[in-house]
Amino acid sequence: MSTDAPAKPELGEINKYNFRTETTGVFKAEKGLSRDTVNQISDIKNEPDWMREFRLRSLEIFESKPTPTWGGAIDLDFQDIYYYLKPTSGQGRTWEDVPQEIKDTFDKLGIPEAEKKFLAGVKAQFESEVVYGSLEEDLAKKGVIFTDTDTAVREHPELLREYFGKIIPPEDNKFAALNSAVWSGGSFIYIPKGVSIDFPLQAYFRINAESMGQFERTLILVDEGANVHYVEGCTAPMYSTESLHSAVVEVVVKRNARCRYTTIQNWANNIYNLVTKRAYAYGDATMEWVDGNLGSKLTMKYPAVHMMEPGARGEILSIAFSSAGQHQDAGAKLVHEAPHTTGQIVSKSISKNGGRSSYRGLVSVMPGAHHSKNSVVCDALILDSESRSDTYPYIEVAEQDVQIGHEASVSRIGEEQMFYLLSRGLTEQEASTMIVNGFIEPLVKELPMEYAIEMNRLIQLQMEGSVG
Amino acid sequence: MTHVLKIENLHVSVGDKPILRGVNLTINHGETHALMGPNGSGKSTLGLAVMGHPGYEITEGTITLDGEDVLAMAPDERARAGIFMAFQRPMAIPGVKMADFLRHATTNVRRPDRKEGEELIPMREFRKELKEKMEHLRMDSEFARRYVNDGFSGGEMKRAEILQLAMLQPKFAILDETDSGLDADAVRLASESIADIGHQKMGLLIITHHDKLLEHNPPEFTHVMLGGRLVETGGPELAEELHRHGYDRIRKAYPDAAAANEEMLGEETEEALA
Repeated sequence: MSTDAPAKPELGEINKYNFRTETTGVFKAEKGLSRDTVNQISDIKNEPDWMREFRLRSLEIFESKPTPTWGGAIDLDFQDIYYYLKPTSGQGRTWEDVPQEIKDTFDKLGIPEAEKKFLAGVKAQFESEVVYGSLEEDLAKKGVIFTDTDTAVREHPELLREYFGKIIPPEDNKFAALNSAVWSGGSFIYIPKGVSIDFPLQAYFRINAESMGQFERTLILVDEGANVHYVEGCTAPMYSTESLHSAVVEVVVKRNARCRYTTIQNWANNIYNLVTKRAYAYGDATMEWVDGNLGSKLTMKYPAVHMMEPGARGEILSIAFSSAGQHQDAGAKLVHEAPHTTGQIVSKSISKNGGRSSYRGLVSVMPGAHHSKNSVVCDALILDSESRSDTYPYIEVAEQDVQIGHEASVSRIGEEQMFYLLSRGLTEQEASTMIVNGFIEPLVKELPMEYAIEMNRLIQLQMEGSVG
Repeated sequence: MTHVLKIENLHVSVGDKPILRGVNLTINHGETHALMGPNGSGKSTLGLAVMGHPGYEITEGTITLDGEDVLAMAPDERARAGIFMAFQRPMAIPGVKMADFLRHATTNVRRPDRKEGEELIPMREFRKELKEKMEHLRMDSEFARRYVNDGFSGGEMKRAEILQLAMLQPKFAILDETDSGLDADAVRLASESIADIGHQKMGLLIITHHDKLLEHNPPEFTHVMLGGRLVETGGPELAEELHRHGYDRIRKAYPDAAAANEEMLGEETEEALA
């Protein structure tokens, strides 16, 4: 990795972050999707042929697949979206090199002060490409690779060619195909054998250009006996026209390794958030998805773990909060591909002001996956009579000798609970926020402390104005 | 100025059923009042009506605190005005830690004008105070990290209510059977704690069936409720008499109220069986 100091950004370059002014040096692809758009993206990134071909093949698959009719209502004009924006000509490497505007954005996003210690490990995706990224030195010494995926295509072709698009091939679904055709940015992480990272690696990003799609692509490889916790969180400012976020996240957790992937997303109300996340966990490996979904117009996201070898473990903890005009169709997928594998899903959803939350989950025990254990618990909290919650659990079991459990509950904030808190001087809003925070506490306590605080703050913002 | 909680001609209905039928009660700050009476006579209803439970409709009468109209206040405003009720069956709030809940409550009650979102009592200061109060009540410090009333034993719930009384330091406290479900030792501890926290320091209305809770809190006044009315008021000797001999004398002396009580109790039993 180069240690050369990058050129300091000049003042004029700061305008590059204002995407509504066309500035020289900023490339903004035309609206719409075609072979030309895809070729153009590949040209600008100066990609090897295999990636260009992958993109073009993915485009064909995208075009051949119908828009899914299950889940939520998708009303998108694919020709009215920008598929690529390049925010800056170079990447910042040190905090000092990061333009003030971006620092201000970080502040607005509320990146906790405590995290700045770990800024060397922070990747922040601004618009559709990583603009700042630096790797803490001792990580590099351990052989850890933490970079943006574009760079990884150039610098680590052997790993990328082996794993990229293998866990989630473009054939998987329409939006995975779309991402595969036009992806940009995202993180690539490789943790070598036996290396354990004892602080969370994190990424922050946001969408802020009108009608712009964001298609980041993340690939995480955790080698045998290694351990990593990756955290992504993001907030998005409000815009008036439809916007699309469609990410693909692939994770490989090898024998005896452990990976936790934590997401907190708080999208603006007009954003379609259609994400495919899947992990393969091998012998005695553990994969955990911790997934918090707030905001967006429609979220469809079902993090998956395929347990490929005996002893593999998959855990998915998900939470959805939907308010007026929002539909969270979120859930989880656990596929037992081998015997003696263990899976667990805990899902919590909150609906208010006419919001709709759905839990959609699949538990699949494949032939041969005997002695598998699986438990699903989903709890829904509905705050008013206009809001809605649904549960769609799918269970497919091809073996006899398995343990499968499913529990579901739907509740409302009880009048007696409310009265109890009010009688202690809490206002109605404080009381309902407290009850909601308590409801999601099992998830929040799994988050790093700074994120737990932010999560509670997001809930508080969501709850504002929700009471009479 | 001495604070005064004044209840005049209070009529309360639940659904369409009248429960309280004209209650008059004045509590001055520093006084201890015992409220006794058979099951179903309306003792808890009085407490819940004073606290502002939405299920209890005031059909007639007034409640004032230092002349201010309590009935015009929402329950949280009543708490901030200095009224407290220790519940017979406090609600569990899963996922909410006692310490967080108490920090919010204590801040709001001590700073009645605090706007939502404004700073809470500083964490360090609050923790110190909470720790002291808990030690004083012989409560394990682990208690502060448990979820509010979630999985608490009956005794733990009552202790938690007393802890809240200690933290919130209200002007007036209604303690609704804070002795029920406790063994003799626990009742003695509760009685001592209440005396320590509240006796002569606030106006206390102690609802109880027994005299043990009153051991350290000798009441200046004992009121007997029957059929939704306070039919008799006396001193500490009345509490003792009722504890020893029950309510037969009262029932005979006030046959109308006794009949009303039977009727209310009958309906309650029907509901419980339904």
